[in-house]
Amino acid sequence: MLTYTIRRLVLAIPTLLFIALVIFLLLELAPGDPLANMPLTIPPEVRQQMREALGLGEPWYVRFVLWLYQFFVVEPSYWLDATFGTDLAAGQQRIISFQSRSPVFDTIAERLPQTLWVVGMSYIVGVLIALPIGIISAYRQYSWFDQIGTFVSMVGFSVPTFFTGVLLIVIFSVQLGWFPSIYDTTHRVNDLDSFLFQLRQMAMPVFVLALYNAAQISRYMRASMLDNLGQDYVRTARAKGMNEKVVVLQHVLRNSMIPVVTVIALGVPQVFGGAIITEQVFKVNGLGQLLILAIQGSDIPMVMTLTFIFAVLIVLFNLIADVLYGLLDPRIRYD
Amino acid sequence: MTDANLPLEQIAAEQPFKHRSHWWDVWAQFRTHKGALLGLFFLVFITLFVLIGPSLWGVDATALDIRNKDVRPIYTILWDSSAKVSWARPLGTDQLGRDNMAALMQGGRISMAVGWTAMLLSVILGTLVGVLAGYFRRLDGVLMRFTDLVLALPLLPLLLVMMLLFRDTLRAAFGPEQGIFILIVVAIGVTSWMQTARIVRGDVLALKEREFVLAARSIGTPSRRMITRHVLPNVLSPIMVSATLGLANAIITESALSFLGLGFPSDFPTWGKILFDSVDRMAAFPERVLWPGLAISLTVLSVNYIGDGLRDALDPRIRGT
Repeated sequence: MLTYTIRRLVLAIPTLLFIALVIFLLLELAPGDPLANMPLTIPPEVRQQMREALGLGEPWYVRFVLWLYQFFVVEPSYWLDATFGTDLAAGQQRIISFQSRSPVFDTIAERLPQTLWVVGMSYIVGVLIALPIGIISAYRQYSWFDQIGTFVSMVGFSVPTFFTGVLLIVIFSVQLGWFPSIYDTTHRVNDLDSFLFQLRQMAMPVFVLALYNAAQISRYMRASMLDNLGQDYVRTARAKGMNEKVVVLQHVLRNSMIPVVTVIALGVPQVFGGAIITEQVFKVNGLGQLLILAIQGSDIPMVMTLTFIFAVLIVLFNLIADVLYGLLDPRIRYD
Repeated sequence: MTDANLPLEQIAAEQPFKHRSHWWDVWAQFRTHKGALLGLFFLVFITLFVLIGPSLWGVDATALDIRNKDVRPIYTILWDSSAKVSWARPLGTDQLGRDNMAALMQGGRISMAVGWTAMLLSVILGTLVGVLAGYFRRLDGVLMRFTDLVLALPLLPLLLVMMLLFRDTLRAAFGPEQGIFILIVVAIGVTSWMQTARIVRGDVLALKEREFVLAARSIGTPSRRMITRHVLPNVLSPIMVSATLGLANAIITESALSFLGLGFPSDFPTWGKILFDSVDRMAAFPERVLWPGLAISLTVLSVNYIGDGLRDALDPRIRGT
């Protein structure tokens, strides 16, 4: 298992390098000029100097290697410095955003909590809703609970999040006035009232994303439970006189969780990347919104770094899913 | 209950010979899935609505009529008798007096066209990669490694970047509408073929071990004909199921791109674009958000149900029981 994990980790390095190269070359084709907003009266030679000051004067492969160095060496050393008070970075150049002229990672660190709170919470809520629904749906197949559950999950799976979000805003903040339609990131929780306000403003975005996630996961859970409920070992367990609770919640559930856990792990990167639309609807200034703003402003270092972080997360959670699969299912041997 | 004493001719006359082909069986199984049948009806309805609706309705979706701006839908009168409604504008008009019904039809045309073309492109790409990887052992490693790499890319961010990068180039080459159409279709197509490729590859690998393939090879069938005559018809079922998923996915992706303001230009309605343009004024005019959103959601829902029904109908283990 350990050797398998190490081999996969080593194999992940060329994959990530290739992905970084693809993203970098794609952005290299960008027609957007970061100096487009500068006054036209700037003479061409000064404009050229400004381009070089932004690091655009070098050929692309030099900038690519420089970016890799900054991403993998400089930024972690700054992070270590900030945590342990060492001096590894020694004032080296960090990755700087074209738009805000501040280090990209500082901006990301500012935006990360909002995304984690709203989107991460919705994923947890979604999983917690999905598992019982999937289990009961499968155990009572074709009952009214199952019919409604499958229908709701089909709807949650089909209706795009931007429509659910807008619909909820129309109903609950425009008509009923229960929840605020815009997520206030400057809000600080310091007493009960502000905590309740935080809950209220999180309710709608969390619900929208949780519905979407729960719809997908409960479909997997139901299918996996149905697969296992028909197996011979279930009949054996019942024949041995075990009660229904033990049969379903211990024997069947444990086996059915194996594929579902990997599906849950594979969905985690979407928590960061796929919530772009929901963040846009509820005006949550998280990572997704940051990416949209950076794309619109052709802020190449920001887009590059964010997209690459999403790619790292995808590769990492693919690996985690595979390792979990091996850990949970003793029938699978990787070595 | 047949009577054994009856002459054969009489039985034959009473029970006329039922022509049962493979596709007839599939259709018979498909019909038993109520959701899929409803979905099919809705998909046919919405397709007719966007295809022949504009010629029946006869109102230009982009015609400005500023005197009749902000007309509410006709049903508003049920609870608000002072609302500005007009029977000539059953779904109301927008802030420039453009007819909402016509916009919905015109927008649906674009959304559906994008959905179908992008789905076709992704299915063709996926099938090509899947068949090549499954059939030719030499290509398998390379192609599947490549598929895994593409799967590891963060697709939505890349899609957004692609929209931004090639927008102006294609617009200059093919005109504003054609250019963006090609861009969206190609962008969605090249980012969604991977699942099809994996499924098709798996099925082709299993097919290659079957006796009829061995028999075909033993009489010297060349690879090209093996693929077109023996392999492709047998992997048609998974391709069709993933095509329905691809259609739903393409419609959602197109509207999501439009919703993020990176889709078609603003005087060119698609369902996602109408929704996006109406969000700012949804407090006063919720219907402009509601109808395009419902159109997208119901279309995707019906396509997903069709996919479900098709999967059951094409699965020989389920069919006939």
